[in-house]
Amino acid sequence: MAIVGKERLQIISNLTRPTDERDKMTLTLFFFYLFSIVLIAAAIMVVASRNPVHSVLFLILAFFNAAGLFLIAGAEFLAMILVIVYVGAVAVLFLFVVMMLDIDFAEMRKGILQYMPIGALIGLILFLELALLAGSWVILPEVADSSVLPIDNSISNTKALGQVLYTRYVFLFQGAGIILLIAMVGAIVLSLHHRSNVKRQDIGKQVARDPKETVKTVKVKSGKGIG
Amino acid sequence: MNSDITNFSSLAPIFPELIIIIGAIIILMAGAFLKKQASVGLAGITIALLLVVSLLIILFPTDGIILNGAFIQDSFARYMKILLLASSLFAIILSLSSAKENSLDRFEYSVLLLFATLGMMIMVSANDLMSLYIGVEMQALSLYVLAAMRRESSKASEAGLKYFVLGALSSGMLLYGASLIYGFTGQTQLDEIAKIIMLGDRSIGLIFGLVFLLAGLAFKISAVPFHMWTPDVYEGAPTPVTAFFASAPKVAAMALLIRLVMESFEPVSQDWRQIVIFLSIASMILASFAAIGQKNLKRLIAYSSIGHMGFALVGLSAGSLVGVQAVAIYMAIYVIMTLGLFAAILSLKNQNGYVENITDLRGLAQTNPFVAAIIAIIMFSLIGLPPLAGFFAKWHVFLAAIEAKLFLLSIIGVLASAVSAFYYIRIIILMYVYEPEQQFIKAQPELRFIMALSGFLILTYYFSIAAPLTNITRFVVGSLF
Repeated sequence: MAIVGKERLQIISNLTRPTDERDKMTLTLFFFYLFSIVLIAAAIMVVASRNPVHSVLFLILAFFNAAGLFLIAGAEFLAMILVIVYVGAVAVLFLFVVMMLDIDFAEMRKGILQYMPIGALIGLILFLELALLAGSWVILPEVADSSVLPIDNSISNTKALGQVLYTRYVFLFQGAGIILLIAMVGAIVLSLHHRSNVKRQDIGKQVARDPKETVKTVKVKSGKGIG
Repeated sequence: MNSDITNFSSLAPIFPELIIIIGAIIILMAGAFLKKQASVGLAGITIALLLVVSLLIILFPTDGIILNGAFIQDSFARYMKILLLASSLFAIILSLSSAKENSLDRFEYSVLLLFATLGMMIMVSANDLMSLYIGVEMQALSLYVLAAMRRESSKASEAGLKYFVLGALSSGMLLYGASLIYGFTGQTQLDEIAKIIMLGDRSIGLIFGLVFLLAGLAFKISAVPFHMWTPDVYEGAPTPVTAFFASAPKVAAMALLIRLVMESFEPVSQDWRQIVIFLSIASMILASFAAIGQKNLKRLIAYSSIGHMGFALVGLSAGSLVGVQAVAIYMAIYVIMTLGLFAAILSLKNQNGYVENITDLRGLAQTNPFVAAIIAIIMFSLIGLPPLAGFFAKWHVFLAAIEAKLFLLSIIGVLASAVSAFYYIRIIILMYVYEPEQQFIKAQPELRFIMALSGFLILTYYFSIAAPLTNITRFVVGSLF
């Protein structure tokens, strides 16, 4: 989202402004640091916690805090999507996987020292890239305005997305919808088995049963049985 | 920012696609609620639907760029759509007789085939990097499922999985290339990209993106070195599905490739022509040597199709109107030969089921002279012997290459063609010289019809369809220049 960049830019440039302007931002800054600290702590706990269920719960906490950061940056649509998609679907899916599959997490954790250098290297590269990006904003604040599609701050980004999604990009939007439909049909084709030897409950059939046909009154003489 | 769709009739260029979408969804609903036996009827409806859409495109052509430049319908798109609709149509007809054995007697087969066709039609009509990707992904996703549809066969599952993993890789490359091109030009629409390239000098990032985009598309036409999936997928997938894989997606991907390089990257033609020439040479050489050792008929056809894509790319490497016209002719003839060949393979059924080994063809000329004659005709045509259709296909592409002064490419092509003659002729010798070992069950009438049609068109190509095909392709290719 380009809007995120713009709003981020404001936050970052506000850090370097005189004190009187900074006062207005105090509350925002407070929440920014609160969310950031909890986010980082939760992210560390996702990796560090011994119990996989706790890991997933920390992941959900991390998602919520990331959504809070998006809100501060003015990207309320991304914040909502993050909560709905990641917390609502992905995290719950993770929980299912963790609880239903018997994965030996102690075994998986064994190679962690071995892969640590690569992970640290990737982290370092990502950090450098972020630093470069932030650096360019600080040095050249007008760079955000020189993009091909200028940012219109007069409308909220949910509204802005809605305005183009169903008009300018309706073809792509519907096409993506059909791709999802194909994925759904494909998943059903490849995994749904109609086994004939399995007994299933058919409520319609049960209700439609006539007692005259199925129940028989038999007089049983004592000591003789039905036969 | 707003849509350019103001009323219903402004959607006219996309009507064929809309009809397919609505038809596919109706068939999906009907199949879900009807009994299992209805799937044959639904296959019939699918055939009718494809026929209606083809007729609509032929009889009521409506051209235009709509949906804010995402979708283009021109005579080139219509020609390629007719080709791939015909391929889909015949692929369904081919599947009818063996639907039970291949577990294709389910309505989802028709639905997925329709969606795959829809994706290919969007590919052919893509005028924007985003609609290009939507189309590619739509057809690919349907094809993965079609490959793995025969669940009880581990080979089919393997084919589906392999196709999926490598297809996802190629999609990734395609997207990466597209993102680079967007990053360096600021445009996603193909004609706008061309304008930006024309204005400035070519940047290295743009060429980088072009390379990745072409690599992603080379996967789809299975050009060497992006061909690894082809033999395994062709062998593992059910034979009617393989027939579909070998025809329609190749046409769509080739059309997309042509539109992309001719419309967007015409100003940097020196750069993409190098890539296309390399793909072409590598495909022709590798296919002609790798096919020699094959024992399975479907693997052999896989290598043969890789080689033929290499020959078709010879025409594109010329980068001229004549070259693109040659590719258009080549694709039409390729589809005719491929469908005829698969009809012949599907008629090779003995009491134990369908045979797929090359050695099973021994003595076919005595037990089943008609099928043997058709296979022989198609094989001679695939080699490129005059006066069969395959000769003229190759003649056009090499003529275009020589006009563009690509002598080395032409020489390598002719030599590769000579090497490939070895394994085609081996099959003919097996059929005509050896004694028969087994009896085959008589072929179904619809298979015999397709074989006869294909054989007739190949034999009488010069007198029947050569003149109209040349005229039509010259006209349709004109819309690209």
